[in-house]
Amino acid sequence: MLKVENLHVSYGGIRAVKGISFEVPEGSIVTLVGANGAGKSTTLRTIAGQVKAQEGSITYNGEELLGKSSDEIVKRGITLVPEGRRVFPDMTVLENMKIGAYLRRDKLDDDIEWCYQLFPRLKERHWQQAGTLSGGEQQMLAVARALMSRPKLIMMDEPSLGLAPLIVRDIFQIIREINKQGVTILLIEQNANMALHTANRGYVMETGEIILSGPGRELLENPVIQEAYLGK
Amino acid sequence: MKNKKTRNLLCTLLLAAVLLGLLLYIDNSDLKSSMLSAVLQKGAIYALLVVSMNLLNGFTGLFSLGQAGFMLLGAYTYAILTIPVAQRANVYQYFDGGLVQFQMPQLPALILAGIVAALFAALIGAPVLRLKSDYLAIATLGFAEILRAVIQWEKLGPLTNASNILRKFTGYSSILFPFIVAGICIAVIVLLINSTYGRAFKAIREDEIAAEAMGINLMKHKMISFCTSSFFAGIGGALLAMFQHNVQAKSFTTAMTYEILLIVVIGGIGSITGSILGSFLYVACSEWWLRFLDNPTVIGTFKVPLLGHGFRMVVFSVVIMVIVLFYRQGLMGTREFSWDAIFAFFGKVGRFFKGLFGGKKTVKGGAVNE
Repeated sequence: MLKVENLHVSYGGIRAVKGISFEVPEGSIVTLVGANGAGKSTTLRTIAGQVKAQEGSITYNGEELLGKSSDEIVKRGITLVPEGRRVFPDMTVLENMKIGAYLRRDKLDDDIEWCYQLFPRLKERHWQQAGTLSGGEQQMLAVARALMSRPKLIMMDEPSLGLAPLIVRDIFQIIREINKQGVTILLIEQNANMALHTANRGYVMETGEIILSGPGRELLENPVIQEAYLGK
Repeated sequence: MKNKKTRNLLCTLLLAAVLLGLLLYIDNSDLKSSMLSAVLQKGAIYALLVVSMNLLNGFTGLFSLGQAGFMLLGAYTYAILTIPVAQRANVYQYFDGGLVQFQMPQLPALILAGIVAALFAALIGAPVLRLKSDYLAIATLGFAEILRAVIQWEKLGPLTNASNILRKFTGYSSILFPFIVAGICIAVIVLLINSTYGRAFKAIREDEIAAEAMGINLMKHKMISFCTSSFFAGIGGALLAMFQHNVQAKSFTTAMTYEILLIVVIGGIGSITGSILGSFLYVACSEWWLRFLDNPTVIGTFKVPLLGHGFRMVVFSVVIMVIVLFYRQGLMGTREFSWDAIFAFFGKVGRFFKGLFGGKKTVKGGAVNE
C-alpha cells in the first residue's frame, strides 16, 4: 500500500533521515521504533507532506506522494495523528471531530457515531472544550479526529507519550480495533515493547537509518533489541 | 427549546426595530448634527473595521497590523472615483484636474474600494503570510507605512493628489447609510465565520500543525481570511472618508490601527458582538463622554487640577491598562451576546431580590393557599 524507498530528509543542516526504505502492506500494523532523534517523526511528517525530502520516493498504491501538499495527501486517505495529540483546545470535542472531516463534503453522522462507539468517553464529553480533557482522552480525541477523515492509512506519532500505563494499554487496544475494521496503521513508538507486541512488522531506527526489521514478535526476541529497548 | 428560539427571535427583531426607530428619529430631527449622531455613525463604521480586524487577528490568529493601510486604499479608491468631474479642477488644483476624468456611482465605487484593498492584500499576502506572529505584525505594519508614504508621493499626484486633501466626493445624506452598509458587511463576515471556512480559521488559530495534519491548506485559508478582512477594511475606510467628507493619507497612521486593535481587545478577541459593543463604547468615550477631561474646568473659584489638554488620553491609557490587567478576556471574551444569557441573568437577579424582599410575601401566599 505504502512504499518508502531510499528516503533522505534533512532540515536545518541536519540529516535526519538517511536513506531508509520500508513498506506498509494493506491491512497491517507496521511500527517504527527507536530512541529520540532517530528520525521517526521526520519520516512520518515527510509522508504527510509537511516536510520536504531531498531524495528518494514515497509511493502510495503506485502513486508518487513526494511533492504533494499535505491536503492532497489527506484527500488520498492518509492521515497523521500528530505527536503530542495537538487537539484544538478552545473547541468542543465535537467541533474537533468535525475539523477532522474538513475535506469531506458528505454527511458525517455515521462517522461521528462510529467514533463514539470506539470512544464512549468522547460521547459523554462531546460538548466539553478539548483543552479540559485528560491526556488519555485528548489522545482518544486526536485518534477520533483523524478517523473522521475516513483514512485508509492512519499514521500515529507516539500515541503513548506521557500517558499512564493503563491508558496506554487502552490506546493500543483501540489501535488493534481500528485495524480490525480495515484501517492500515503506521505507528511510531518509543515504547518498543507495546508497539512490537501489537505490530505485524517492525522497523528499528537509529540516527536516521533502519538497522533492523522483521515481524514484531521476532524483533522482541532479538538480543540487540532486548538490550537497547527492553532493558533486558 | 422552540419557545426560546421564538422568544430570542422576537427580542432581536424588537431590538432592531427600536434601534431603527431611534436612528430614523435622529435622522429627521435636530439631533442629526449632534454629537450623539456623530458618535453613532462613527461607531457603526468602527464596528465594521473592528469586526474585519477581528476576523483576521481573533478568529484566524494572524497578528496583522496593516488595517490602516487597507483602509487608506479603500478611502482613496472611493474618493478618487466619486469626485464630480466638474469639481476635479478645483480638488486637483496642482495637477491640472488629475488623471481620472469620470465619476462612478456610489455603490460600485464602494465595492471597488473593497476590491482594491483585497487585491493589494492578495499581492502582499503570498510572501507576508508565511511569516509567524510578530514578524507578520512587523511586515504588515511596514506595508501600511510604506503605502502611506507612496500615496503622498509627488509623482502620483495626478492620481492621488499627493499630500493634498481629497474632497467633494459623494457622501451620504441619511445617517442610516453607514449602519446599513456596516450591517450587511458584518452579516457576511458572520456567515463566513460560521461556515466550514470559519471552522478551519479557528483550527489554524489554535494549532497550525494539527490543522495542516487534518488537510487544511494553511496558505489558502490564511489568504482567504486576509483578503476578506482587507476587503471589508477597504469598505470601512471608504465609509470613514464619507463620514469625514475628506481624506488625507497622513491621517491613516499606525495609531489608527492600534485604536482598532485596542477595540478588538476591549470587546474580546474572537467575539463579533464584543467588537460591535466595544466600538460604540470606545467611540462614545473617546469622542464624547471623556471630552470634559480635556477642558480646564472651574467649579466656583476652584480650578480642578490636572484637567486640561491631553488628560483624556492619560485616563484612557489607565483604563486600558486596567482592562488588560484585570479583564484580560475583554468585554465578551470569545463568547457572543445571547438572549439566553440575558434572561438567565435577569432570572438570577429576580430570584436574588425575591430572596431579599419577598420572604414575608411567600408566607402570606402560603396562608392564602391554605
